[in-house]
Amino acid sequence: MDLREQHALLDGLDHPESFADRLRSCGAYPLRAASVEILQMNITRRCNLCCRHCHVESSPARAEEMSREDMKASLRAAAHPSITTLDVTGGAPEMHPNLEWFLREAAMMGKRLLVRSNAAILLDAPYRHFADVYAETGVEVVASLPGLSRENTDRMRGPGVFDRIIAALVELNARGYGKPGSGHVLDLVHNPVGAFLPASQQTLEDEYRIKLRRDFGIEFNRLYCLTNCPVGRYLDYLRRSDNLIDYMNLLRQSFNSAAVGNVMCRTTVSVGSDGRLFDCDFNQILDLPLSHPAPGRIGDFDYDALARREIVVRSHCFSCTAGAGSSCQGAPADK
Amino acid sequence: MSQEYYDPADLQDFPKIGEVASVQGEKFFAYYAAATSAGRLSEREKALIALAVATVRHCPYCIDAYTNKCLSLDVDENEMMEAIHVGAAMVAGDTLAHATQMRKIVRKKGM
Ligand code: SF4
Ligand code: SF4
Repeated sequence: MDLREQHALLDGLDHPESFADRLRSCGAYPLRAASVEILQMNITRRCNLCCRHCHVESSPARAEEMSREDMKASLRAAAHPSITTLDVTGGAPEMHPNLEWFLREAAMMGKRLLVRSNAAILLDAPYRHFADVYAETGVEVVASLPGLSRENTDRMRGPGVFDRIIAALVELNARGYGKPGSGHVLDLVHNPVGAFLPASQQTLEDEYRIKLRRDFGIEFNRLYCLTNCPVGRYLDYLRRSDNLIDYMNLLRQSFNSAAVGNVMCRTTVSVGSDGRLFDCDFNQILDLPLSHPAPGRIGDFDYDALARREIVVRSHCFSCTAGAGSSCQGAPADK
Repeated sequence: MSQEYYDPADLQDFPKIGEVASVQGEKFFAYYAAATSAGRLSEREKALIALAVATVRHCPYCIDAYTNKCLSLDVDENEMMEAIHVGAAMVAGDTLAHATQMRKIVRKKGM
């Protein structure tokens, strides 16, 4: 979806109260970063899938990918002692030609290393070896499994994808992933297949655990519930299905001030596939640059400036504060 | 008149019914929360019961609220439909069970 169109849609939602107003009314404006603990890198917008909810609007046709220079700059930045976690995302990170090199370099830093995978790709011949690479480099795999219904998942991600994700999770389990005491962490991500909010993380985690174990013998560590953010393809879906206004109202009505302090941008910096820096993956997609005087590119990484920057907020931010909240590290209000 | 008796926006007013007769209102909401949240039955099981009752009672507000709750709980459409069939079967069953009253009277009054 065209960027200008996305902004026009989000800004054109005729509502007297902006996200900034809401923060102001609970004494949280301007929203400032508290630190930088996580460096999230969107290394490629290419993906083997083309999901209907994808905020990155990834597909096999996308070509943008992070240069080796910017990957090196990310490693240099991540050496800062306050950064505990390197969080690699996409697209499908496995489709970046330098992923294996990057993971082996990053693994030597002794930091927490996460890869967000759609899992289905681990069954495709050119990428099969990544399950072993992950195990060797101590990567925590964060695999996306939107729901437990085959029908719903396939409607969102494409025919046959549910079964492929299940088969990939079985393979990860076989390498110890998700098994107690193995040291190999397998977390799953749930997000609603439609225009509604997820239930509580604990309730859904219990449900996932019971059914995945019973039906497929699959084990995992934690389930993260993500609220769909109204950007990219998901915004387009909301508009086309005439759900946009209702969904935005739902997000507003579900505003939870307890989630504000823990929204992910307060401890995360997002690196785009072009090496530019953003407050989060969503701001990256909306091309909302960091506030001045924070540096614009990973090559100019400046911890102190980033750790106290003012966060750039817009109406899509309501998706991070609805209900228990939503962030890549789980529900903020549950922390 | 363009206004409808059943307006989805009315649902937003429901939590405010306790602004008057607040003692009863508070007790009702405390009871409602206790009855519908997880106990020996899971939140999911209770949401499906609530959806079945809402359809049987033809309450558009509750159908809206509990369909959304079921969706949030990753309940799929087949499961929701099965729950509604239980409700429908109960309505048919209790209607037909009342036929026994008719049969009893017919037997008594007939020759
Ligand atoms: S949601 Fe994930 S798996 Fe689906 S197209 Fe986007 S990046 Fe790929
Ligand atoms: S959308 Fe991004 S900037 Fe807005 S609150 Fe969420 S994480 Fe922060």
